[in-house]
Amino acid sequence: MRAKSLEWEKPSRWERFVESTAGIGRAITGRVALAGNLAVFSAATIFWLVVKGAKRETLTPAFFNVGVLSLPVVMLTGTFIGMVLAVQSYPQFKLVGLETRIGAAINLSLVKELGPVLAATMLAGRVGSALAAELGTMRVTEQIDALASMGVNPIHYLVAPRFLACLTLIPGLTLFADLMGVVGGAFFSIKLLGVDWSYYWEYSRNMVGMFDVFAGMFKSVFFGAAIALICCHQGFRCGAGAEGVGKAATSSFVISFVAILFLDLLLGIGLDQIQTQFLGGPKGSMI
Amino acid sequence: MTDETKKDGAATNGDLKPVRVEPNVENEARPYPLPNLIGESNPAPSAERLIEGAVIVDEDGVKKALRRRPPLLEIQDLNVIFGENQVLRDINLKVRRGETVAVIGESGCGKTVLLKNMIGLIAPTTGRVLFKGKDLARVSDKALTEIRTHYGFVFQMAALFDSMTIADNVAFPLRQHRRNMRRSEIKERVESLLEEVGLNPKIVANKTPSEISGGMRKRVGFARALAMEPELMLYDEPTTGLDPIMSDVINELMISARDRRRVAGVLITHDMKSASKVADRIVMLYPHARLDPGEPQMIFDGTPEEIERATDRRVAQFIRGEAGERIREMTAGR
Repeated sequence: MRAKSLEWEKPSRWERFVESTAGIGRAITGRVALAGNLAVFSAATIFWLVVKGAKRETLTPAFFNVGVLSLPVVMLTGTFIGMVLAVQSYPQFKLVGLETRIGAAINLSLVKELGPVLAATMLAGRVGSALAAELGTMRVTEQIDALASMGVNPIHYLVAPRFLACLTLIPGLTLFADLMGVVGGAFFSIKLLGVDWSYYWEYSRNMVGMFDVFAGMFKSVFFGAAIALICCHQGFRCGAGAEGVGKAATSSFVISFVAILFLDLLLGIGLDQIQTQFLGGPKGSMI
Repeated sequence: MTDETKKDGAATNGDLKPVRVEPNVENEARPYPLPNLIGESNPAPSAERLIEGAVIVDEDGVKKALRRRPPLLEIQDLNVIFGENQVLRDINLKVRRGETVAVIGESGCGKTVLLKNMIGLIAPTTGRVLFKGKDLARVSDKALTEIRTHYGFVFQMAALFDSMTIADNVAFPLRQHRRNMRRSEIKERVESLLEEVGLNPKIVANKTPSEISGGMRKRVGFARALAMEPELMLYDEPTTGLDPIMSDVINELMISARDRRRVAGVLITHDMKSASKVADRIVMLYPHARLDPGEPQMIFDGTPEEIERATDRRVAQFIRGEAGERIREMTAGR
């Protein structure tokens, strides 16, 4: 909560111009420094993971938190997204008389895009922000300094297990999101919208290939890594006090979400190219 | 030196000069050897001998021997600059084994930054911090991690891990670095450490940090810092926020760490009573922004007795806790 600051001396127009120009410069150099800092932080995390692995005592809670506790919310999200897709696409498909092919559209969207992106978004919201807040509080209360002062590398002890948990468990979470989305979409289309079930599954099978499922899970690994590194990094560089922790939690989600969408675009283009060049294009056609 | 030790020393030591009688720590059952006061290469001081299970130490002899030894921690021409703000300028300081140095100075003068430089938590902008001759900024991450196991750090707010119980907090460094220690040995050691800082393990061991008082948290932090038998203890304002009795308990613990365990110590404090009681040497830092050009930042370096007689107005003002012209100076932005 912050009221507008009182201004004691009003700056001249020129001073305001100089200050705003300097502000833009500071913002750019700040972002570049942040990216460099994140790169070093990521390299250190991978280095410690490769050199010393992660300790079991720290892995178990991290895996439990990322995997077990995230599963219900990811499955619920997947179910609803499947049903929402059915609701939104059915009228359009019906207009052109292709409502029997709605299953292909729903399931392809789910396994290639919505499943991985939504599982990652839920992970960033549920786990990522909590990671940033937890590590941020540890930074503010000097617990991270205490770890370092006892000869324990904080990146190895705190970040490596969380990174490993996000990296390895997000494909599983994505698979569950996909599965529940498929179930939700099928339930709504077949039971409530009256689409013939045999056509529904037939067209789905013809359209969705193993590569599409693999592509979604492959992308999710990058999303998981990005979420863990960005959120832990935000926690580690948390500013002082409650405001600092709050900012770290918020910015960790925002940066993670942007990173997920950016990576999704890059990986989507790359994987489509691979499918077109080496696997003869998509498995089937809607028409 | 307490009255009791003086009396005992006089009774058993005859003509020898000032002596301190200490428990025969060599004969006590300890899981780890205590840090060697004089070092492996040097023989024990000649005045040291066993009398009825106690070690009699000739203090002058030991102090002379200590002065001949290279310092445990040495800071050379340390400068720390954050952005455009210089916090520390040309700091030079040596801490020898068995010696406690108090660093005093008003808030914002860079005491905590100096302390964190001593353990490599903050890197110097220029200058060097040497622990046993090794430059903390130039060793690898792995080596720095190993070096830090020779330190004990008592944080201002204790910095206990709030997800762990008190016993787990104290056991933490042992579990990380003494992989061959059995659970029963760790439990025994934790009990002994908690008792050493005046806590009853049966009452506090299974509590979390949020369930105990501030004074208890400080003592748990103290016990955790002692767990690895450190050679150098760093105390960051350990008496801040405590009542006078608990402050003195912490002072006694610091004295005990120095005398019984023979560890060196650096104490950051505003509390002159604590500094005078605990420290062998006091140095005073002055905020860099308020120094005259070319003036050293360390405006005093001497014994507690010498600081009482200091003629520098700023030192005298600080140790007497007098505001003087500070309100007017601060309003003027100094």
